[in-house]
Amino acid sequence: MLLIPCPFCGPRPELEFRNAGHAHVTRNPAVDDPAWAETLFFRDNPKGIMAERWRHVSGCGRFFNVLRDTVSDAILASYKAGEPRPDVPLPGPEGEAPRIGAGDEVAP
Amino acid sequence: MTMAARALPPGAGALVSVALVPPATRLSFRGGPDAAEACAAAFGCDLPRRACRAAATEARAALWLGPDEWLLLAPEAETAALVAAIGAGLAAVPHALVDVSHRQVGFAIAGTQAATLLNTGCPLDLDPAAFPVGMCTRTVLAKCDVALWRRGVDLFRLEVNRSFADYVAGYLRVAERGLG
Ligand SMILES: [Zn+2]
Repeated sequence: MLLIPCPFCGPRPELEFRNAGHAHVTRNPAVDDPAWAETLFFRDNPKGIMAERWRHVSGCGRFFNVLRDTVSDAILASYKAGEPRPDVPLPGPEGEAPRIGAGDEVAP
Repeated sequence: MTMAARALPPGAGALVSVALVPPATRLSFRGGPDAAEACAAAFGCDLPRRACRAAATEARAALWLGPDEWLLLAPEAETAALVAAIGAGLAAVPHALVDVSHRQVGFAIAGTQAATLLNTGCPLDLDPAAFPVGMCTRTVLAKCDVALWRRGVDLFRLEVNRSFADYVAGYLRVAERGLG
């Protein structure tokens, strides 16, 4: 089970959370249909560090963002919704080195 | 009262007992810092600003459930008076106040094995160092959403949605057997 740090409640078991997908999706409706479809439906699937939304649904109820390494499941950072994505991920919980640039992630 | 009778686990064990708490006034309060302050004045008990903490006086309690959400507990007879008092005190402050007295059922879980019993179905670290007296939170117990409040080292209050009360009581009854 993952131990996910909620920015409000601290580290909590994964059971209390729901994943809510890709974080920092910017809505830009002033584009043509293919670009709007990209905005709505197309998501990154990086092998490496991904910014994703989680909701502490069986806790404080809040949405927040997490930087997770999709290879090791190490959670490198956790921050409140609306805050910018941290530049330098913190070390993983088990001392794993952050895998910066390990995947094909695109900067937000 | 058939519901209460069916939901009541035996609680005969010396190490842990599970009992229903008497009916109570339960109010769900949501609002910003200004609203919380005004609400505390009208309610007569602090609304903790620290995450996952409860404040209690003799007859009232306020449980932090989220950054802008509290569960207010008071004696059963005071529902109407409290709703009126808080509503009047916050007439000019945006907030949400909902009477959820009958939405939930409260259990008191007491005894040296109280944390062990809860931990059969709750993944939180309930060691007093990690979950001290006065801490409260929503969490899961046997896949059921609950609010848990540690009132003493060996005393917990569990708030369960009414429709899940039978299930939770049954679950605790079975888990209790495993404690031997
Ligand atoms: Zn939380």
